[in-house]
Amino acid sequence: MLTMIGKRLMFAIPSLIGVVIVTFLLTRALPGDPAAYFAGPAANKEAIEQVRKKLGFDKPLIEQFFRYTADLAHGDFGNSLTTGQPVATEIRNRLPASAELTLLGLIVSIVIAIPLGILAATRPGSWIDHLCRVTTTAGVSLPVFFTGLVLVYIFYFQLGWSPAPLGRLDVFYSAPPAVTGFYLIDALIARDFETFRSALNQLILPAMTLAIFSLAPIARMTRASMLAVLSSDFVRTARASGLSPSTVIITYAFRNAMLPVITTLSMVFSFLLGANVLVEKVFAWPGIGSYAVEALISSDFAPVQGFVLTMAVMYVLLNLMIDILYGVIDPRVRLEG
Amino acid sequence: MKRRDFLKSVTGVAAGAMVPAPAIWSAAKADARSETLLIVSEGGPNNLDIHGVGTNVPGYEVSWNCYDRLISHEMKSGPGGVPYYDRDKFKPELAEEMNVGDMSVTFKLKKNAKFHDGAPVTAKDVKWSLDRAVSVGGFPTFQMSAGSLTKPEQFVVVDDNTVRVDFARKDRLTIPDLAVIVPCVVNSELVKKNASEKDPWGLEYTKQQTAGSGAYKVTRWTAGTEVIMERNDDWVGGPMPKVKRVIWRMVPQAGNRRALLERGDADISYELPNKDFQELKAAGKLDIVSLPFSNGIQYLGMNVTKPPFDNLKVRQAVAYAVPYQKIMDVVLFGLANPMFGAPASKVTEVAWPQPTKYFTDIDKAKALLTEAGYPNGFETTLSFDLGFAGINEPLCVLVQESLAQIGIKTTINKVPGANWRTELNKKEMPLYTNVFSGWLDYPEYFFYWCYHGNNSVFNTMSYKSPEMDKLIDGARAAAANKDMATYDTDVKGFVDLAFADIPRIPLYQPFVNVAMQKNVSGYQYWFHRRLDYRALVKA
Repeated sequence: MLTMIGKRLMFAIPSLIGVVIVTFLLTRALPGDPAAYFAGPAANKEAIEQVRKKLGFDKPLIEQFFRYTADLAHGDFGNSLTTGQPVATEIRNRLPASAELTLLGLIVSIVIAIPLGILAATRPGSWIDHLCRVTTTAGVSLPVFFTGLVLVYIFYFQLGWSPAPLGRLDVFYSAPPAVTGFYLIDALIARDFETFRSALNQLILPAMTLAIFSLAPIARMTRASMLAVLSSDFVRTARASGLSPSTVIITYAFRNAMLPVITTLSMVFSFLLGANVLVEKVFAWPGIGSYAVEALISSDFAPVQGFVLTMAVMYVLLNLMIDILYGVIDPRVRLEG
Repeated sequence: MKRRDFLKSVTGVAAGAMVPAPAIWSAAKADARSETLLIVSEGGPNNLDIHGVGTNVPGYEVSWNCYDRLISHEMKSGPGGVPYYDRDKFKPELAEEMNVGDMSVTFKLKKNAKFHDGAPVTAKDVKWSLDRAVSVGGFPTFQMSAGSLTKPEQFVVVDDNTVRVDFARKDRLTIPDLAVIVPCVVNSELVKKNASEKDPWGLEYTKQQTAGSGAYKVTRWTAGTEVIMERNDDWVGGPMPKVKRVIWRMVPQAGNRRALLERGDADISYELPNKDFQELKAAGKLDIVSLPFSNGIQYLGMNVTKPPFDNLKVRQAVAYAVPYQKIMDVVLFGLANPMFGAPASKVTEVAWPQPTKYFTDIDKAKALLTEAGYPNGFETTLSFDLGFAGINEPLCVLVQESLAQIGIKTTINKVPGANWRTELNKKEMPLYTNVFSGWLDYPEYFFYWCYHGNNSVFNTMSYKSPEMDKLIDGARAAAANKDMATYDTDVKGFVDLAFADIPRIPLYQPFVNVAMQKNVSGYQYWFHRRLDYRALVKA
């Protein structure tokens, strides 16, 4: 098992090197001149040149690249020009915000989608199957920012149930001492229940928004995979042997149907993490997606490179984790395979 | 039925957790709320020091409120009775007295002025800060040079509490330039301690924290999320501000900023779409302030070095084809000053901006285009900055429609914000819309940047005319020598010439729009168009 993990990590190294080179070149190929942008609205040619020199963009590309990789080797991702902060610190601060939101959204989604998928599969063509189809289609076809805005409009603006969409905490609370970076967990560790409640309240609407969007792939995949398993021989045998329907469905069928669902989950998770920019924008969430997009808009190289690299590393780790999980769920899937 | 119960209970739990939240404020939190001002805006600062590399406009707001300058401006009553900075009247801030001589100005500092860390503000700090502004390069140095402040030798320490600024040449803009945001006074000892050989001016240190003597100090800054500022109770630069704490949150979504205002959660917001401001104004639940940009104009520019816009008749044809009133109504919802359609009998004023005598007349435009030798029109591109797409896009579509009526086919070219400055610098776009506004509110300042033949970045049309240069230079010299008669003739001369040659077509003077709760008062308009917290009051 350990050698397997080691081997997998080794395989990841060439792709990470590739990612470093490609992001470096791609960011340089972006239209727009960061020096002109950051020299400000009233700059003349000399001022722009001064800024360019200060930022090191006057050096040849190859020298910039070597300086960048040397910095990377020291764990230095460079500085963001738009926010003025080191990229590594920013990503460290923002990744938990995105991860907390995405995880919660995913959990909500799983809690709704998996039972819905199972029920739809056990009674194909029934009202619950149609309900499943309608909810998932509606969820996936509504753009996330639209769902987010509608939720804000109803629950904050009209009903006043939800707190103001102002990020991770109400304005008058301060963040719990950072341990994991997840406010819910940190607040519990600090036994600060008021902050916990505030953080949870802030999370509900954005997490629901994400959940609605990600219902579709999970529910549909659960349904399809359950349908396939339910029509297989061992399920018929189990039924014929007089096992109760719940034992047949949960213990035998669902466990076997889980593999594709897990794969879908991992894909949905990594997709949401990078792609929930719009949700972050709507809820003023200080996450990693909005950070990367803002950097991209202002031709700010360092955060874009840092973001892509972090995402690449996360993908590698996530895939590894999924492969290990496979083995746990289904011993037939040998890791060595 | 079980499933249904299950689904119900899930949504029930979610709703249940939401209900009690905002209703309960503990007593301490309610107090904090009444002394705290919550500002929401789209973007936040990227640097707390205006001398930094690439500090953005929100960063100017921090600098303005957390640092002092030697002098500042008095207020006067502006449009609609809103306090408006008085271009011509200065008041002391860190200085106690200002004595203007023939070729220098001397400032005596307030003796009890202290930096946030308790160190006294001395003449040495002032000199170091001004030296820094003219030496760091980039925008601050450029802004200082606009007032002929270019060399450290111009700033002289007379004694511990006295500083003299020597003029490089007679320039009416030197003193006003000492009252803009850039020449702020920095705690030199503190910053020098945190400077390095690579960074002799300590820019890395002041990027992250404020080291000034101003009315507020930044206590927490999370880039892209929030800035928290506390009042400096030892401030001597003016009357003690009423607001104890300012929380400035970044809310990217304009709709949410509006919702926060309407629900009464946020105290002040700006950067909302004009339509929202107009609706908020009509609803009457909030105070809306709309004031014109001082010395600012949105215009349609044409590259005069290349055909077809090198032809005066073509430029006039375009000027008669622009759907001015439609732009005012549909794009701006009336929140702007028209810069067109002055009556033919109107005499040119010694002022800027002022309206042109152009108006929409498609027949006349067509006739002019035929006269210019383009009876069937031509094809061209119309560019705009996507960073301000909310205004620019509908504006360009209207112009495109109108130009099509006289046979000019335009393709709209959307330029991303990051790229816009580069494109302007190249000076190759044939037709584009842009906005320019100057901090220093003087006609000759605007014309020097936008129409002078030395071809600065803002002379986006590459317009060159010896006659124009003579008038602009003449006005600058006349102003320095207080020869007001010549000054008036020259200003009228260059305004008339700009309208006759029409290399850029003024459209309107944009408004700065601020929405605030009814219990917030004391808003002041400043040339930099950002908020001055020191005057704000929350009842």
